[in-house]
Amino acid sequence: MLRLLANRLALSVPLLFVVSVLVFGLASLVPGDAARTILGEQATPEAVAYLRNQLGLDQPWYERYGSWLAGVLHGDFGTSILSGQDVWTTLNTRLGVTLSLVLTALVVSTVIGVALGLVSAVRGGVLGRVVDVLSLIGLALPNFWIAIVLVSLFAVQFRLFPATGYVPLTASPSEWISSLAMPVAALSLLGIAIIGKQTRDSVLDTLGAEYVRVLRANGVSERRIVFVHVLRNAAIPIVTAMGVVAVGMVGGSVFIESVFVLPGLGSLATQSTLDHDLPVILGLGVYFTMLVIVVNVLVDLAYGFLNPKVRAS
Amino acid sequence: MSSGVQARPARGGLVRAVLRTPRGAVAVVFLALLTTACVCAPLLTRFGPLDQHIDAVRGLPSGTYWLGTDVLGRDLLSRILFGGRSSLLGVVEAVVAQLLVAVPAGLVAGYFGGLVDRALMRLAELLMSIPAIMILLAVLAIFGNSLPVAMIALGVLSSGGLMRLVRGAALVAREELYVTAAELMGLSRTQVMLRHVLGRCRGVIIVQTSLFAAIALGVQTGLTFLGLGPQPPEPTWGGMVAEAASVFSQDPWMLVPPGTIIALTVLAFGVLGDVVRDATSERQSAAGTGRARHRTAPAGTAAAPSDALLSVQGLSVAVGGDTPLRLLDDVSFEIAAGEVVGLVGESGSGKSMTARALIGLLPTNCLVESGHVVFDGKALREADFRALRGREIAMISQEPMAALDPSFRIGSLVGEVVRTLEGKRGKAVTERVVELLTMVEIPDAADVARRYPHQISGGMAQRVAIAMALAGGPRLLIADEPTTALDVTVQAEILDLLRRLQQENGMAVLLVSHNLGVIADMCSEVLVLYAGQVVEQAAVDALFAAPAHPYAAALLASSPEKAGIGQPIRAIPGTVPSPEDWPTGCRFANRCELAEPECRGEAIPLVDVGADHRSRCIRIPVLLEQEATR
Repeated sequence: MLRLLANRLALSVPLLFVVSVLVFGLASLVPGDAARTILGEQATPEAVAYLRNQLGLDQPWYERYGSWLAGVLHGDFGTSILSGQDVWTTLNTRLGVTLSLVLTALVVSTVIGVALGLVSAVRGGVLGRVVDVLSLIGLALPNFWIAIVLVSLFAVQFRLFPATGYVPLTASPSEWISSLAMPVAALSLLGIAIIGKQTRDSVLDTLGAEYVRVLRANGVSERRIVFVHVLRNAAIPIVTAMGVVAVGMVGGSVFIESVFVLPGLGSLATQSTLDHDLPVILGLGVYFTMLVIVVNVLVDLAYGFLNPKVRAS
Repeated sequence: MSSGVQARPARGGLVRAVLRTPRGAVAVVFLALLTTACVCAPLLTRFGPLDQHIDAVRGLPSGTYWLGTDVLGRDLLSRILFGGRSSLLGVVEAVVAQLLVAVPAGLVAGYFGGLVDRALMRLAELLMSIPAIMILLAVLAIFGNSLPVAMIALGVLSSGGLMRLVRGAALVAREELYVTAAELMGLSRTQVMLRHVLGRCRGVIIVQTSLFAAIALGVQTGLTFLGLGPQPPEPTWGGMVAEAASVFSQDPWMLVPPGTIIALTVLAFGVLGDVVRDATSERQSAAGTGRARHRTAPAGTAAAPSDALLSVQGLSVAVGGDTPLRLLDDVSFEIAAGEVVGLVGESGSGKSMTARALIGLLPTNCLVESGHVVFDGKALREADFRALRGREIAMISQEPMAALDPSFRIGSLVGEVVRTLEGKRGKAVTERVVELLTMVEIPDAADVARRYPHQISGGMAQRVAIAMALAGGPRLLIADEPTTALDVTVQAEILDLLRRLQQENGMAVLLVSHNLGVIADMCSEVLVLYAGQVVEQAAVDALFAAPAHPYAAALLASSPEKAGIGQPIRAIPGTVPSPEDWPTGCRFANRCELAEPECRGEAIPLVDVGADHRSRCIRIPVLLEQEATR
């Protein structure tokens, strides 16, 4: 177990390195850069060259990477080319929004997905079909499309929730909930589909296991078999699916935060991409990678908790 | 599951297998039509994707504009078909990039192994941990909104999963005989990899590629929705959703065509992947997820009264739904209290099915067609079994290691049964658990109780399973091949234990086995099952002295103990016919030395051949004569 975690963490250092080199290397491959973006197409070559010099863009990429890396090791991710704000501070202030969105959506997806998958596996028949159809819809419709339909129905038509914007939990819990309700719903549909399908499959597999038959043969009640034994053993693949869903949601937040204008990491990613704001993009790359690492470590810990064989090793 | 060589469909066979399923056919036809329509868009559309028709702004579908028009009066059908070009092209770019990276890398890793393998798998792990969307955005920022570069990057970044799968398939393929043979015949490694290993991985690759195509399409539409990639007025599916979003409240229709086409295309890719997986995998579909139905016997065949502890009367069990296939055919026998009865036969004879029917735990897709299980004078229905299990009838199974839930400690598994059956709580449970484990001769019971199933041996696991089965003091124990999976020395220990517990508790036992030695050792009565029928039933002594059915005789002759040292074991030629091939006449006729044409005619009845001795054979006199002269 400890070895597994150590392995995971040992891999995270080269991972962060690779991601940053990748972004930096790509950036050096092509002409045209932030200087051109800031000054616009009409700017004179002299003005662009001056700004490039000012921004340090005229140095070879490995030197720029070296100085960026040196900064990062001291906790300095540089400043945004456009806004001039400190990248690290910007990222940290926006993390709360994205975490609120993703964690809530993950909880919603897990609760609903596991419930639907469990019921459809145990009951089968019509309910099984309903879950199948729901998960097809969740898999097929893009989350931004669902988001737009939600906005126009529940914000414009029924005026139940605000169409856009975010209220922090600390400011007003009730407004926090209503500002997150639709983004969470839009983001959760895919998660419900994936977790529901996985739950159904692994519960069906587990129900066919020999030890379930033996428990039945020994008179253990069906309720205890399903809720204690089957759910416990089916949980391992479900946790794997949750990890996949969580990583997918961090990526999905890019689209959802843009539709709902939430000031999180996702909308920052979209905006800095449109602005060619490389320091921010680099910072986001590192930040997102760290989030993925955290998710993977949590999944590993859950394996250890759920599977006695992993725990022992 | 059969362990035989897996019959993989040939190349043409896979295409046909996919097209044969309605879902697969619809998905393939849809994707083919869509691709053709997008490629031939200029020929198919009446209006260009950028043509503005001021007279028909935000129109609903009409004869002129089949899918309606947008805010600038542009034809939505035309924009969808032209927009589909960049979407499908993006998918192709991503898929090709993924294949070009993952397949060679996976093949090399799996085929060569060693350091190359480890390095490549580390790379795959690394790729799988990179948040692809962030890199995509960086790529787009750097390459000035070039969607092709982004899609290629997506393909490369997503290649870790496929790389692993191809490697796994290549590892398996490398061990196969035909690959080794090809190498011995002097084909180069590259040739072997391309021809044989790749052929083997084909299914995995197609499945992963279709699922990835669905993801790639989602990403492509998402990026164009955000305004990345081709810029307006260029039509893209995601861009159309964004345009529709601005006027959705007034004109909801505009959102429907792009949403529908994206959803349908994603679905088609997903369905295609599912169908190919079903066609190439050995795993059977999860059809028949419903509960086992324990249909009561038709009116008029009421259960006969019986003094025996257990009486099975004309039990027939079938599998499947619309055209049920009979697995057990009119099986009848009785077990008296405290009696040990053996049930013997080859694999596929219906032994385990009989055992499971007696405790009301048939596989989910099987049902009792007719007949009764009468316990203690009462004909049982499904609800009755539930109350009897563990308390009156208990069961131990073939695979002791699989019989214990791997997530719980031994003590808590046994404890759960104790709580359920004896209503004990708290400290009394722990005491009873140790008592039960000690009863099955587990040394240091308290220590074993703290272990997990994977920490004990198979023989120990079977002892635990016996302890669980005996917790409720059952009057009938069904032991389904309790020693088959164990080492020979452990087998004897478990049989000794069962015999001792049977004698001490005076419970009846139905011992299922394919080993006549075990039966002779333990039982007083024996039933011989063949192809779902009882073919002989006798006291053990009588059967061993003079078997009255050629199958029983052949089983006896084939047991290793019968063959002298240095003599070959007299195996029975052929195998048990599978249920769909059961003949109307004698089911053993095709393997029988004594078979005559009349054996293959009508069904053979079970007839008395002596006191408490019955056989399903019409050649008994010949058989007995032959045995006498042997």
